[in-house]
Amino acid sequence: MAVIAPILGRLVKALVTLLAIAVLNFFLIHAAPGDPAVVLAGEAGAADEQMIAQLRERFGLDQPFHVQLGSYVWNIVRLDFGYSFRQGAPVLDLILDRLPATLILTLTAFCISLTLGIALGVAASARVGKASDSLLTTLALLFYATPLYWAALMAVLVFSVELGWLPGFGYETVGAGYTGLARIGDVIRHLILPASTLGLFFMAVYMRMTRASMLEVAQMDFVKTARAKGLSGPVIRRRHVLRNAILPVVTLAGLQAGQLVGGAVLTETVFAWPGIGRLMFESLAARDYNTILGVFLVSAAMVIAFNILTDLVYRLVDPRIGARA
Amino acid sequence: MIRRFASNKGAVIGVLILLAVIALAVSADLLFPRGPWAMVQRPFLVPFSTDGLPLGTDTLGRDVAAGLVHGARVSLLVGLVSTLVALMIGVPLGAVAGFYGGWADEGAMRFTEFFQTIPNFALAIVLVAILEPTLGSITLAIAIVSWPPVARLVRAEVMAVKRRDYVDAARLAGLSKFRILTGEVLPNTVSPIIVMASLMVATAILLESSLSFLGLGDPNAMSWGYMIGAARTVIRSAWWLSFFPGVAILLTVLALNLIGEGLSDALNPHLSRKGTA
Repeated sequence: MAVIAPILGRLVKALVTLLAIAVLNFFLIHAAPGDPAVVLAGEAGAADEQMIAQLRERFGLDQPFHVQLGSYVWNIVRLDFGYSFRQGAPVLDLILDRLPATLILTLTAFCISLTLGIALGVAASARVGKASDSLLTTLALLFYATPLYWAALMAVLVFSVELGWLPGFGYETVGAGYTGLARIGDVIRHLILPASTLGLFFMAVYMRMTRASMLEVAQMDFVKTARAKGLSGPVIRRRHVLRNAILPVVTLAGLQAGQLVGGAVLTETVFAWPGIGRLMFESLAARDYNTILGVFLVSAAMVIAFNILTDLVYRLVDPRIGARA
Repeated sequence: MIRRFASNKGAVIGVLILLAVIALAVSADLLFPRGPWAMVQRPFLVPFSTDGLPLGTDTLGRDVAAGLVHGARVSLLVGLVSTLVALMIGVPLGAVAGFYGGWADEGAMRFTEFFQTIPNFALAIVLVAILEPTLGSITLAIAIVSWPPVARLVRAEVMAVKRRDYVDAARLAGLSKFRILTGEVLPNTVSPIIVMASLMVATAILLESSLSFLGLGDPNAMSWGYMIGAARTVIRSAWWLSFFPGVAILLTVLALNLIGEGLSDALNPHLSRKGTA
């Protein structure tokens, strides 16, 4: 029971946040230069007077401002994100169609970066001051400064164009007609480059954090006690230091989830990965604001879900949190 | 303090790289008076193959080196100004929240939390797309997504400083709350803000280049992200078009991060020793 109440609280807060984002979206549409109906119709609407008249009616643009706001938010609550004239489909359908690809990509990148980041951070902290530690910290510093999309392009250049090891484009081999396990293997081969380039920056963040956190915990008194008991270095590091050092890293990982979802726009653009980030990129060129705002709202929802998930993990890793709350 | 900064090898390297980038940006018009958009030769000239065009030409026959040097201006300008704007939002908000507490704190922190939940790159894309891409809207969008950590930092610092004895002394001396906040409390929170600001300029440069890469750059200003974005589709035949601008971004961002870390070590020696010793 102690777990359920705070999670319920988080869910209520999540809904309030999403409503606030819907309100923000409404104001953004009105902040755009020009008639909101024309804005919503995007490039495709510019030619069609009837369509714009319909939009005007649908959004009640002849009504007072607060009525417009109310009907816009109400539409969002009913999961009606409007219609993409450019793509000729409701925005929600477009997003749901693309969402699985983005979930696969971001979750894989998240797991890769967190596991590798913690492992490398632990390794660096165990060899602090030695050459291998400086090598790892320098690499982390470099990855930390590398633009995500550039790392992706360079990975395509090296591993796909030059070496021909991995596909650098798309979600699966088009027209290969793979089924079952062969298809899964094919998707995984396509996933390796996007997921690892998306995870690279975050791996560097988690590694630096883990290293610093490990070194900080290693100074504490209970570690001295463990050493005085005669435990070996690796045992102390694994059972005493790591368990305590990992908590701030998990918190940070939850906070970084937003950046991961945002970064997916860049990765998906480079790799033609058919997710919502790529959808957003395509909508930018078409000035399809309905779709852009829909993707924005859904990616915020994804971030909130990520946060609740890390909060749960946190409670499992550290039972003290539940007791304190 | 300066000696401590100068003894940090990384920080010195960072300063040297940054000075070089600034020098190139300032002298862009002297070095490449024709500007970055001029078509100077055949397109797709390979680097180091033609005299006077060390980095080759792009898809339209423009000089890649000229683009890089002129692009440095946009990166540095947007990085610096957007950070200043973010400080102008975050510092007052965090200061009021931390100093006055109560409902002001509650309100300000809810507002900050809301902006921290929104995926910041996605919000920046939406803002620039809707406001039309110009240097002004790009700078504003980056500032809007960058201020929340500043507000949180300043709030925490102000809360710590306001309990010190000399603040009580100022209160006893009859200074107004506003005078105490601006005259006594805030000046003592400056060093962590400086460290954070130098790291924020680095992040802002990355954000600007990412927006330009997606085609959301100012169409009248040559930028590194735009160069990579325009070369994305020809990566198989002309690697150098995306390679060099990427190295430029990497070096500039790395330099700022190194400087930020050096400042952090020099300004809070106690804090940093715990992390690195």
